[in-house]
Amino acid sequence: MSEVNGRNGAPVDLAAWSCPLPLRDSPTVVMGHGGGGALSAELVEHLFLPAFGPVGELRDSAVVDVGTARVAFSTDSYVVRPLFFPGGSIGDLAVNGTVNDLAMSGAQPLYLSTAFILEEGTALADLGRVAEALGAAARAAGVRLVTGDTKVVDAGHGDGVYVNTAGLGLVGPGVDIRPGRARPGDVVLVSGDLGRHGVAVLSCREGLEFGTAVESDTAPLHGLVAAMLDTGADVHVLRDPTRGGLAASLNEIATTAGVGIEIVERQVPVPPEVADACAILGLDPFYVANEGRLVAVVPPVDADRVLAVMRGHPHGSGAAVIGRVTAEHPAMVVARTGLGATRVVDLPVGEQLPRIC
Amino acid sequence: MKYLDEFADPDLAARLLDRIHAVTTRPWAIMEVCGGQTHSIIRHGIDQLLPAGIEMIHGPGCPVCVTPLEVIDKALEIAARPDVIFCSFGDMLRVPGSDRDLFRVKSEGGDVRVVYSPLDALTLARDNPDREVVFFGIGFETTAPANAMTVYQARRLGVRNFSLLVSHVLVPPAIAAIMESPSCRVQAFLGAGHVCSVMGTAEYPPLAQRYRVPIVVTGFEPLDILEGIRRAVVQLEAGRYEVENAYRRAVPAEGNPAAKAMLQEVFEVTDRAWRGIGVIARSGWRLAPAFAEFDAERRFAVQDIHTAESSVCRSGEVLQGLLKPHECAAFGRECTPRNPLGATMVSSEGACAAYHRYRRLELTRV
Repeated sequence: MSEVNGRNGAPVDLAAWSCPLPLRDSPTVVMGHGGGGALSAELVEHLFLPAFGPVGELRDSAVVDVGTARVAFSTDSYVVRPLFFPGGSIGDLAVNGTVNDLAMSGAQPLYLSTAFILEEGTALADLGRVAEALGAAARAAGVRLVTGDTKVVDAGHGDGVYVNTAGLGLVGPGVDIRPGRARPGDVVLVSGDLGRHGVAVLSCREGLEFGTAVESDTAPLHGLVAAMLDTGADVHVLRDPTRGGLAASLNEIATTAGVGIEIVERQVPVPPEVADACAILGLDPFYVANEGRLVAVVPPVDADRVLAVMRGHPHGSGAAVIGRVTAEHPAMVVARTGLGATRVVDLPVGEQLPRIC
Repeated sequence: MKYLDEFADPDLAARLLDRIHAVTTRPWAIMEVCGGQTHSIIRHGIDQLLPAGIEMIHGPGCPVCVTPLEVIDKALEIAARPDVIFCSFGDMLRVPGSDRDLFRVKSEGGDVRVVYSPLDALTLARDNPDREVVFFGIGFETTAPANAMTVYQARRLGVRNFSLLVSHVLVPPAIAAIMESPSCRVQAFLGAGHVCSVMGTAEYPPLAQRYRVPIVVTGFEPLDILEGIRRAVVQLEAGRYEVENAYRRAVPAEGNPAAKAMLQEVFEVTDRAWRGIGVIARSGWRLAPAFAEFDAERRFAVQDIHTAESSVCRSGEVLQGLLKPHECAAFGRECTPRNPLGATMVSSEGACAAYHRYRRLELTRV
């Protein structure tokens, strides 16, 4: 049995873990640990949290009290390959991803840090394009890049450019948005069609190149969130369905709040070109990453008003009601299929794998 | 792309279901051969909507599931070599070998890459002349033409650092093996549409006659599958056993002559072990002698493979339609998509994975 050094250097006995789905006894990190699915969740639950101590409810951004202010704080690392893809680049993601993590707590994002890990030999022209994209995205989002860092690793020990950003934002009084607040009866909405980012990136990845007009949906969503909150609606939950897609977001909400979620497959907007690409590759659009979409859970009394405001916003024009929260089948997400049957929408295990035929 | 929404139209599906209910007077057991059909049936919940007496038995047509353990172990050995770039279709990466999978090999430093087409692996070989590039060529008749073409091109272009680890399997011998099994309950088959789009339908009338079993060549979208089931039931109710083509938009009777010619040149028929089932005579393809230099098994001479299957996995019975996935004691307990004990829990086309992924709601209510 392998051991991992835990708190104070003491070994964590992997065999003693109590999770009903024990970590596969791999002594090494595998790609799925970064996939945003069950493997990622286990790594956090069983390796990081025991070592770190209590951190409160897990969410895209922490909300902490600093003096009299309620500050949202988040960090995210960007290792996308290739660096430039249809509709955006790692620079856009590094700003919009962290801005959106803050926005999912209802915060107004204000400041970002930027840290680069560069591989020796990377073309400065490419780095310049990444930096330009980062600056432009920050200006577009109305956030300021106020501190940063640069490190270089040996050739072959990185993938050109890795970016980390951390962000700070302010949460208004009375705003309490977190997965644990989903209640039976609540309405589940998405802000637009799903799957564009993941398909755009896959379409230009080495070994999988295929022709598609799909562009990434990368966009900052705090303006949309502010408009939703301005309606006075008591928004219970916001999530941006990035890695692991809609399925991962809904499963996290269902598990955290101890509720069931029912969605209607035909009400989930999926662009035809995304559906086509997924059909060819054997992927499920519900599991494909988005970088400019959000999932909202709101009380039924507020649903119409929130939907109308979303549809009036440039980043929410494709918003739709996709389902509701239920007291049945707690911690499970269930979809009504196009034919009227039901199926479980599972938490993805690790990476989605293109199918053989 | 047309046909995605059209062939999932709920109103047309309801009408087909009405017709199936109308013609069904007795219980029938129908096997869908192909894993893609299994996935579609479970994902769309088609079996929940059929008359109570119609049982869908899930067949052995998941290429990932039936690739023999010995071949997987050879793949793991080859992929771990420092001079090798090992290319595979994505869903082979998590298939458990005796003690690890390709993901593990990758995490330990092996150069394992997912490609969408074997021809991409050939490109990799030309771009990396100092490395050995190996493609894991598995699957049924459907994936075989592209693999054959890749080897053919490798020889034509003189790409000597490319080779194929080949373990192809064939549908008609599997149908015969299932019908010969003393415990066989299958009364009709939905033929694998894409296999037939390559090979045509000529291999099937002798099987239908010999085993007195209807075979309906069927597609993969919900309406395709419902129409295949409807035609199978109509035949069963009438006591007929014929080959019908319910997937004419993709399957001409003669198949794809260019692909068949390529297959005939590059491959030869061989006995093949099916994981969980055993050896079926003349049920696979290997490289023909003229292409032997591109055979990865010869090139790397992998020795000392000692296979060890999980002792609790009953995927062999699942693959033969003798056991429903949730009837296995390990299902959802020791064996999950997270920690698969058998290949049927890995691929989205595997029956166990499809049940675990889409069916836990009903299974927990039972």
